[in-house]
Order: sequence, then structure tokens, then C-alpha cells
Amino acid sequence: MSDLTKLTLKSALEGLESKAFSSVELTRAHIEAVESARALNAYVLETPDKALAMAQASDARRAQGQAGALDGAPLGIKDLFCTEGVRSTACSKILGDFKPTYESSVTANLWRDGAVMLGKLNMDEFAMGSSNETSAFGPVINPWRGAGETTPLTPGGSSGGSAAAVAAQLCLGATATDTGGSIRQPAALTGTVGIKPTYGRCSRWGVVAFASSLDQAGPIARTVEDAALLLTSMAGHDPRDSTSLDVATPDFASFVGKSVKGMRVGIPKEYRVDGMPAEIEQLWEQGIAWLKEAGCEIVEVSLPHTKYALPAYYIVAPAEASSNLARYDGMRYGLRVDGANLTETYEQTRAAGFGEEVKRRILIGTYVLSAGYYDAYYLKAQKVRQRIADDFDQAFERVDALLTPTAPSAAFPLGENADDPVAMYLNDIFTVTVNLAGLPGMSVPAGIDARGLPLGLQLIGRALDEGSLFSLGGVIEQAAGFTARPDRWW
Amino acid sequence: MAIDAATVRKVAKLARIAEPEERIEPLARELNGILTWIEMLNEVDTDGIEPMTSVVHQGLPMREDVVTEGGDPAKVLANAPKAAKDFFVVPKVVE
Repeated sequence: MSDLTKLTLKSALEGLESKAFSSVELTRAHIEAVESARALNAYVLETPDKALAMAQASDARRAQGQAGALDGAPLGIKDLFCTEGVRSTACSKILGDFKPTYESSVTANLWRDGAVMLGKLNMDEFAMGSSNETSAFGPVINPWRGAGETTPLTPGGSSGGSAAAVAAQLCLGATATDTGGSIRQPAALTGTVGIKPTYGRCSRWGVVAFASSLDQAGPIARTVEDAALLLTSMAGHDPRDSTSLDVATPDFASFVGKSVKGMRVGIPKEYRVDGMPAEIEQLWEQGIAWLKEAGCEIVEVSLPHTKYALPAYYIVAPAEASSNLARYDGMRYGLRVDGANLTETYEQTRAAGFGEEVKRRILIGTYVLSAGYYDAYYLKAQKVRQRIADDFDQAFERVDALLTPTAPSAAFPLGENADDPVAMYLNDIFTVTVNLAGLPGMSVPAGIDARGLPLGLQLIGRALDEGSLFSLGGVIEQAAGFTARPDRWW
Repeated sequence: MAIDAATVRKVAKLARIAEPEERIEPLARELNGILTWIEMLNEVDTDGIEPMTSVVHQGLPMREDVVTEGGDPAKVLANAPKAAKDFFVVPKVVE
């Protein structure tokens, strides 16, 4: 395989600028890599013709001195983003062969800056899952394996295709989304960098909705700087999303490499959970030591409502999902299964189109919103959510950022939690609090465990302070010197 | 607040999902497992706490009440399972 797929996004852009290679050459190398890695099931749709056409147009722009910030860089797009004329399914059967007649704002921003689309990436159905196993296209296989093992491992979820594709060098970076940890957990399980920005940074317009008050788009990349370059392009105010923040987007890459001397970093004691592997505990201690060496002041803080975040999430997210997914009625797009009358047509269409986990969440959401239960469940959860946000507000009076593990374990075998929904939900125990409070969170690869599998650390920041996360993430990245890549077996 | 088979049938009806009879009991067990776990929220004192309505601390933006996009029925109907002329074709609603 060509060396061009081993480049970081940053070095690829420099190579394009110095005419060391063209976007067509760079894109072709990636198309070949994608085609030879189908065993990973990372892409659910490859768009090589579109990619080459975009690459040619990029080379022409660069020749005229009109190259944008990401011009000519081949990226993968999570199948949750609507892409004009290109099948977008959220990896659900119910969307069938849906070809949007419009482009999501986030992907439109990437194309505005010259990026090239290689195809659509696999994910859990409607982003509901932590292992990619709920996808209608089957699970993604993690390019990482335990040393000397052949057991297929999950890349995490829901953005498992994005994380696997970036880790296996099947794109220079990828879009992803995060409702409860769906960017950060797969990033941790694949040795990649993922950031969920502040709620409202990236427009949700044209992103298939799961839980609207929690959903946020962000990038997965191989370095902190690459993630910064991608987020700078993806973010920005959009009048078509009423929750999009009308604030300027900083040049996030300018924060990478900045001194973190004097920054106060909080260690929330409630994140030391029972049964956490010793290696993750040690990695966390190592991360604390690295930040101390870089001049940070380490402060123990308390987020007392942490353990209530997941149960609150499993009321709020299914409630919003049951409402959002009511639109899949078989009338206007996607699958239709005809029944004896209108109601039966709805019921048969939704029974055939949704997978088991999606149905389960719609039923929970419908139940907690149904007459007589609204106050006991939904209202209670929204009050607990406020208390979780208050915990963060109090912590951020004393510190500038928080450091925690990203996930409670390394990548686990496919099928491991298949029969126990609650065990699967616990994957998001460290990430979900951030969604409930709307804060930015980043996962940085920080080490490998005894089996040779990557582990990540999470940084959490104040609303709109992604900059500090990029600075601190850069410090951890450099100190960790994480250069491990999965051995190619596919 | 245990969920029994009758509740699963009722909720599935409300959600317009046809659940086969053999899925009703397993679903009742799964949903009970999740809701029992969720009940730990009752430990949290939320007296006097306002329920969160948005994490975004800004008012809803206003704009001129004018048509911004539209007038393109072909695009709207492009993915319709069934369409005729400029309309979606749906099962009969009124007898």
C-alpha cells in the first residue's frame, strides 16, 4: 500500500501545497486502501468516482492558487450525514435507498474548504449503540487485535466506521457524531483522536436526528492537530439550526502546542469506579503526571451526580428518539410495507425497518413520555440533568479542564454484551455526562494495554473552550508519544 | 411501575410498531431491566430544581416570516415510496 495513506492530514496538506503529489494521487491511494480493506466493513458505500472528480477539481483550484483550508484531502463521512445524491441511511433498513436532495451543513462546510469524499462510513443504526453491532450493514471490525489473537474486536460505537477507517488509514480524517460518547469511545478503542465540541458549535442541519438536545457532530483524526483542522472547517453558525451558536469559530489548530503552564486541571473522584481495569487507572495517573510535568496544577474535584448521568440519559435520549423517529412512517421516503389499512402500514413498516435496539429505545421513550409517567421519568431526568450541569459549573469555578479515562475498558470482542443492554450502556459511563451538560470533550490516545490494545484519556472543558482541550490534548499526545498502529491483517 | 405484557402491547401500539407475540414477554423483561436500573434516579434530591430545557444559553433566534426554500415538488417527492403528479400516494385514510 502506498505511503500516501500513512500521512497525517496536516502533512498531506503540506505535500499538496508543495506539489509533492496531487490530490488525484492522494485520493487514488486512499481508494485502493479502502477497496483492499473491505474485511473491516468500515465503509457502507464507496464513492470512488465522486472522490476522483472532487480530487481533479481540487487540483485545478490549487493550480489557480485558490486552494481552501482542506483542499484535496480525502475524508470519510459517517452515514448519519445527508450527502446530496449519495445514499444516506443512518445504517437503518428503514431509510432504504434514501438519496438526499440536500447536503448537511457540516459536510457542505468541508466541501467548501475543498475536502474530497471517499464514501459513507458504517455506524450503529441511528447512532444507537456502543459497539457498531446494531448497524443494518453488520458490525465494523476493529483493525486492532490483541497480540497473537484473531478474535474480532469492536471498534466501539456509534461512530465505529469513522474510528476504524481513520485507524486503518482508509481516510485522512472522518466526520462523526456524539450523543452519549459516540465520537470519544470509538476514538479510545481505536487509538485515534476524537472531539465532541460544545453543543451548538456544529450545525445539526442535515444530520439524521437521534436525540436533538444531545447530538453534536465532530471529527475523528489521527492527531490532535488534524482534529483541530477538521473541526475548524466543520463548525460555524448556521441559521438553519436554531440551536446553532452564533459565535465565531477560532482557528483551533493555533491552540495545539500552546503552553499549558499554570492551567488548573481537575480530577473528578467519582470517575474512579469499581471494577475499572488497573491499566486504565495507571494510565490516568500517568496522564496526571504528564500534565504536572507540563506545568499544570492538579486539583481533586467532585461531580457528585456522575453515577446518575447514564440513567438520566436513558430517559432523555430514548424520549427524544421516540419523537424524532416518528417521522419514519413509510409515507414520504424510505421503506414502506403495505398493511390492510393506514395504521397497519405504519406498524408493519416500522416493524420491518427498525432493528431491535432502535425498537427497544423507541418503546422506552414512548413509555416514559406516556400519560401518567411523564413527571416520574422525563421531568425527573431533566431535573437530574440540571444537577449534573450544576456539578460541572461548580467544578469549573476552580479548574480550567477535567481529565478522566474515556472508556471503562479497551476494545472488547464482538458479541460480548449482546444479551445485556444495560452492560452495553455502561460503556458510556465517562462520556455521557458531557452530552447532558452540553460541554466539549476530547479523547486522546495515551497508551496501550498488556494485550497491545489502545487506551484513551478524556479531557472535558468549559462551554466553548475547545481551545484548552486542543492545548492539553497536544501535551498528552506528545508526552505519550503514541505512534502505535494496528498490524495489517485485513 | 413494572412493565407487563399488556403494557408492552399498549406502548408498541402507541409507537406504531408491530411486535410479534413471541417478542412481547422478552421485551417486557428487557424494558423492566432498563427501567429498574433507571429507578436509581429516585435517590437524587431534586426539590426546587427546575428541569433543564436547553444547554444552550441563548434565546431562540427570530427571522423574517418569508419563504426561504421550497417550490420544488420534484425534490420533495424524489424519495417517495409512491407518488403521482405532485403528490405522495398514501393508503386510504377516510372510508
